[in-house]
Amino acid sequence: MGKRTVVPIGPFHPLQEEPEFFTLTVEGERVVDIDVRIGYNHRGIEKLSERKNFDQSTFVIERICGICSTSHPFAYTRAVEDVFPMEVPERAKYIRTIIAEGERIHSHLLWAGLAGHFLGYNTVFMWVWKLREEILDVMEILSGNRNNYAMFKPGGVRRDIQEEDIGPALAKIESILPTMDMLIAAIKDDPVIHARTKGVGVLSEEAAINFSALGPTSRASGVSRDVRVDSPYGVYDRVDWDMIVTENGDVYDKVVVRMLETIESARIMVQCLSNLPPGEIDANIESVPPGDGIGHIEAPRGETFHFVRSDGTNRPVRHKVRAPTFMNLPTFKSTVVGETVSDATIILAAIDPCYCCTERVAVRDDKGKKIYSGTDLVELSRKKTERIMSRMGIR
Amino acid sequence: MNREEILQDLRSRFAGDILDFQDKSPKRVFVEIRPEALKQVARHVFFDLKARFNIASGIDTRRAIEILYHFTIEDINLMINLRVKLDRDHPVIESLAPWIEATNWIEREISELLGVEFKGHPDMRRLLLADNWPEGVYPLRQDYEEWDETAIRDRGV
Amino acid sequence: MSIKLKALLKSPWVFHFSTGSCNNCDIEILDCLTPRFDIERFGMLLAGSIKHADVLLVTGSCNRMSADRLRKLYDQVPKPCLVVAIGECSMSRGMFIHSYNCPVPLDHIVPVDVYIPGCPPKPEAIIAGVVKLIEKVRSS
Ligand code: SF4
Repeated sequence: MGKRTVVPIGPFHPLQEEPEFFTLTVEGERVVDIDVRIGYNHRGIEKLSERKNFDQSTFVIERICGICSTSHPFAYTRAVEDVFPMEVPERAKYIRTIIAEGERIHSHLLWAGLAGHFLGYNTVFMWVWKLREEILDVMEILSGNRNNYAMFKPGGVRRDIQEEDIGPALAKIESILPTMDMLIAAIKDDPVIHARTKGVGVLSEEAAINFSALGPTSRASGVSRDVRVDSPYGVYDRVDWDMIVTENGDVYDKVVVRMLETIESARIMVQCLSNLPPGEIDANIESVPPGDGIGHIEAPRGETFHFVRSDGTNRPVRHKVRAPTFMNLPTFKSTVVGETVSDATIILAAIDPCYCCTERVAVRDDKGKKIYSGTDLVELSRKKTERIMSRMGIR
Repeated sequence: MNREEILQDLRSRFAGDILDFQDKSPKRVFVEIRPEALKQVARHVFFDLKARFNIASGIDTRRAIEILYHFTIEDINLMINLRVKLDRDHPVIESLAPWIEATNWIEREISELLGVEFKGHPDMRRLLLADNWPEGVYPLRQDYEEWDETAIRDRGV
Repeated sequence: MSIKLKALLKSPWVFHFSTGSCNNCDIEILDCLTPRFDIERFGMLLAGSIKHADVLLVTGSCNRMSADRLRKLYDQVPKPCLVVAIGECSMSRGMFIHSYNCPVPLDHIVPVDVYIPGCPPKPEAIIAGVVKLIEKVRSS
């Protein structure tokens, strides 16, 4: 056995997403063990939600995660609507679907940009984020806000989409589709991205099932699991779209699944926007009877799960929130072990939880001789890309 | 197997362990079982019925600590919720983590926030709360009270 | 104005620290760097390490785990260092004020120079806030 080195990653990193603290144990270049400590982001939202009434809770849980600021309210409102039999008006269903898909596009693009950044491809980062601004514009046209849309409420939606906004929004979506296609083709054909991501960090199908992995993480491993198909909500059973499933479970497949999903989401948005039915947008729930309700929806990262218990008063007595990363994060144990340190960054990134931790890494040698900073580890990853590029004669 | 067959099978197989069976809607069933039987029932649902483990929700009902284990069978769009009720003063239950990886973290979370002891859990360390959080204070219990004297709860205006 | 501050204002390098935020503020900070807003034009750069930074951008409601780390981190910053609180969370903790895990507001942990309100503040607001900060330091 070689000398073991412990690499602490995190807990704070200059980019985004939750702070988490990883401990990589490495032997030479190979990662032999990984452990994670979370809790740097724990704000006790479940408890807070018990103090608010059903309408106010929507705002609290919208702030669980800025990127999933639609998924959580969506799952929560569905949980409240599940406590007792009720129907959400058609128009509200369409509006909910539109907002949820817009969020999926911007979330996947955000991820692709940062993944590019960690591979040492800042061009990808800048391009993709430029594109993402356009999607945020669409969301601003539709909901009046860039990130926290505040569109949801139990029983319907809070705000209607105006007729005169539909045209500009559609035009904007149409105008970015060619760029998106170009980008996806570029990412799929790039030999350097192939070299860095193919066969790296493979999550096998069995592991995906036993860890109950969700969303693109599981779909890239050949597990066709998507709440939009398995338990249709909104209007997903009425629009035409495809579930993207690939077989290999490596980082490359996770990239491909996400990128292709953005196109599907754009398709769904266009269909919903052009067929928006007239009518009410709110069922005006007056009270929530006692009972248990469960709502789960497909967020960009996988299934978001909310459980609400009502005791007949105006507040939930218990509100349980389960974000998809909670299930996806432990799969690191199976994907990172056995890979090299320079690949660890992108594997950690591939699940789309908190790749940015890697910016604040300090690698410590047992005797304390060698100390890399966080930037150095990303640098390691970049150097590898450069080596591959020069071998291929690109640079 | 279709929905009826699965539920029928579940009922007859664990007849002695099921305390209550609530067929709430086409997509949801709530099954209350004896805590001692959780391991057999959960493993049957997860491995034999090929359900996906969604999550477990711990609830303090003031009379008991209740844990709901949510499983989804995707092919037939059915969510099976296994409910166990534990003694509120000494909530103890067998851990599922040695068999089902996915339950590992949520058991750590429930034990931290609600003070349930999971027997046989392979790795029971803190997950969410701070290192200096006092032992024996469980924030999701209904009778939780602020313990930190230095906390500031007004906006200062 | 000291020579140090003068140099700092020419090209403030920022370090971004999230103390239990919802990511929205953090993403809006990143957005400032990307082509549409591109504050790198003005010499503002996101630094990878606190030791290289002049300005600390803090987001989030300071939960128990990160409050300690924030204090430690602040001790490591080469002074002078300016602190910018971004978002409602870092100003008053917003709707997390009663959370059991967010005991004190940010300005009880480190001194804050500028508050940028919003949930999340738009990139334009963040840029305006930083400009105000520069003006404030310049005129002092
Ligand atoms: S201020 Fe709002 S957007 Fe910013 S971190 Fe807090 S909740 Fe999120």
